[in-house]
Amino acid sequence: MSANHDDHHDAPDGHGRALRLGIGGPVGSGKTALTAALCRSLGPSLRLGVVTNDIYTTEDADFLRRAGVIDPDRIMAVQTGCCPHTAIRDDIAANVDAVETLEERFGPLDLVIVESGGDNLTATFSRGLADRQIFVLDVSGGDKVPRKGGPGVTSADLLVVNKTDLAPMVGADLTVMSRDAAAVRDGKPVLFTSIREDRGAHSVAEWVAGVVDSWRHQHSHSHLS
Amino acid sequence: MTKALVRARAILRTGLDDRGLTRIETIRSDPPLTLRQTAPGEVHLVSTGAGPLGGDHLRLDVEVAEGTSLTVRSIASTLVLPGAGRSLMEIHVYVASGATLVFAPEPTVLAAGCDHRMTTAVTLAADASLFWREEIVFGRHGERPGRCHSRFDATAGGRPLLRQEFVVGDPEADGSPAVFGTARCVGSTLITTETPAEGPKSEPREAEVAEGVAVLPLAGPGTLVSALAADAVELRKRLSWGESRVSVQAGSPARATVGLRPPASRFP
Amino acid sequence: MDGPATGAPAVNGATLGLPPTQTAASGMPLTHGLAGLLLLADSRLPAGGHAHSGGAEEACRTGAISGPEDLARFLRGRLATAGRVAAALAWSACEAAQAFSRPDKESREPGSPASSGQARVADPETAWRLLDAEADARIASPAQRLAGRTQGRLLIRTARRIWPSTALETLARAVPDGAHHPIALGVAAQAAGCTPDQAAMAAAYTSVTGAATAAVRLLGLDPVTVHRLLAELPYDSVIAEQHDWSALPAHAAPALDLLAEQHLRTEVRLFVS
Ligand SMILES: Nc1nc2c(ncn2[C@@H]2O[C@H](COP(=O)(O)OP(=O)(O)O)[C@@H](O)[C@H]2O)c(=O)[nH]1
Ligand SMILES: [Mg+2]
Repeated sequence: MSANHDDHHDAPDGHGRALRLGIGGPVGSGKTALTAALCRSLGPSLRLGVVTNDIYTTEDADFLRRAGVIDPDRIMAVQTGCCPHTAIRDDIAANVDAVETLEERFGPLDLVIVESGGDNLTATFSRGLADRQIFVLDVSGGDKVPRKGGPGVTSADLLVVNKTDLAPMVGADLTVMSRDAAAVRDGKPVLFTSIREDRGAHSVAEWVAGVVDSWRHQHSHSHLS
Repeated sequence: MTKALVRARAILRTGLDDRGLTRIETIRSDPPLTLRQTAPGEVHLVSTGAGPLGGDHLRLDVEVAEGTSLTVRSIASTLVLPGAGRSLMEIHVYVASGATLVFAPEPTVLAAGCDHRMTTAVTLAADASLFWREEIVFGRHGERPGRCHSRFDATAGGRPLLRQEFVVGDPEADGSPAVFGTARCVGSTLITTETPAEGPKSEPREAEVAEGVAVLPLAGPGTLVSALAADAVELRKRLSWGESRVSVQAGSPARATVGLRPPASRFP
Repeated sequence: MDGPATGAPAVNGATLGLPPTQTAASGMPLTHGLAGLLLLADSRLPAGGHAHSGGAEEACRTGAISGPEDLARFLRGRLATAGRVAAALAWSACEAAQAFSRPDKESREPGSPASSGQARVADPETAWRLLDAEADARIASPAQRLAGRTQGRLLIRTARRIWPSTALETLARAVPDGAHHPIALGVAAQAAGCTPDQAAMAAAYTSVTGAATAAVRLLGLDPVTVHRLLAELPYDSVIAEQHDWSALPAHAAPALDLLAEQHLRTEVRLFVS
């Protein structure tokens, strides 16, 4: 089915559209910082859009706009009515609408990042919204968090453990975190970052670029379809 | 209930004189609905006798001819009183192309025990201008109002512009923070914004909101000022503020600002 | 697995070869349309409704709603005004969608509801734009129009995947930015097999449930108390057969307009509307 550009109710099936990347994780772990870092590193080579799910205000969207890492119009904020989990998992309609609005306005895009409003460890993105997802933890929650698991930690396509610069201060043992995460994640990748020190989160950006690349190959738009 | 009889019917029509100025062509009225011309292109509703009373059926027809302008005001507020059955006030208006109507009577006050129905149908040609103010006061001082159901329908260029009903004295809606809140009066002013026959669409207009009043650009070519207040004086103040915001936004010093401001009443 | 394709042992009349025991006067089973109604009215329907408070968030913020008594008055007023208008629009939309989907126009009885609406005189897309303009004329507040269209667009997107139908497609084409929510609901209801009355019931019900839930979340009210308020509301009183689109109910709620506009200008907010 070809997209009808006069009809803003489309539900594209993945062909010829951007990869949708969910970034989830507890409040304060560095999701917005990571989003900004990815825009910084990938902005020059990929066409980007960002959807934020702020809990209260448009703070995350405003932060990203001020950070100047992406054209402010390419950031859309979604309100979640007290339920950030609902908006990324059970009722994704508003987020899908935001993503499709961005694609329609600025498309074609390569990557749309959807930052969740901040979750507990059980929250994951619906496959109807995110094609791939990153779960962001930080070391200050303690080094036991990966062991506790939860769908976010175990099933995300990439687990990011952020704020490694704080590890000595909070007494978190990164080798323990690394070993526990590997044990519950069945071989899926884990990356340690300090976005404070590496403002482009280069290891994560590299992973994302790889994912976008293979998405493009799998879903390249056939102009005959 | 017996069928209401038309007790009074008033008709008002404008036309152009030889010099191209508005003149009142027809002015016919029946007590208690009495019309008086007070200036060129201006007519006042003068109530002779109390009312409407329950059972009264009043009808006013207004036709503003092409290129003319008419202002309709009233000397005093209309006090709706109980009587034998329901009272009805029916207004039918046609504003032709290039014509302007300012309709700004004093408020309708709903006395205790009244049972009133108001219907207004305004048909606007595509480039007609309208300033229409309606104020309803829920009872005289300290009085619980009777019932009132009003319906206002305006179409512009054949398309629906504004349709709104108010029900006062309905236990479901009275005192509801969703409907009138703690207000004792409700009012609105519909101001149509002239749409040029051709050329680009006008700038998107911004809504504005202040204590008890909102300036609401409609989907069609018009703006509604909508207000709630504790008393009639406050209500008028709020509506006037909103009306002035519409003129400011309209920007053009032409009819939108000058012609559509209701002139100050000649009556103290 | 053995047995019939339906899996579990069937005990309904159809499978046992019995005629349906209960039928309404129309010849339809009495449960006709109910499954669609339940799905559409369920707050778990993934169509974005959970993020709208229908003015309740702003009313809570300003203190206009502070407890169950205020909330009850808020809900009653909302139902009697916005709910009544929504119900009428949904009724009309569902009825028009039914009329469009009826292959043989002659089969409509003269004077029956199906032959009444403007649907008959226009092609579907023109008719949808007309009904949508009637909705616009009843919603003075731009903030409320925006919220209504957003919810309508989200519902159409969701509904056309659940209950694909020609009427949903033509509605999506006719109003690309999203038809007003009650119209989307009425057309979705027809696609889901509901009657116009059921569509109107879904509209009346969803006109108050979002506000009620929002108040529970924002004020920490006892959810059972609030559900009792919902149970006591006179939904039936706002549902009626409709014939003339220009004459549909147009009950205004100036306080809701003020709340909607203030809400849009409030910095800290959890809900879209
Ligand atoms: N020390 C340190 N602080 C960080 C790092 N990444 C983010 N932060 C800070 O952590 C706080 C929360 O980050 P934010 O991205 O808003 O978290 P979110 O709620 O997950 O979006 C902010 O004050 C960031 O500056 C990091 O690598 N190290
Ligand atoms: Mg954030």
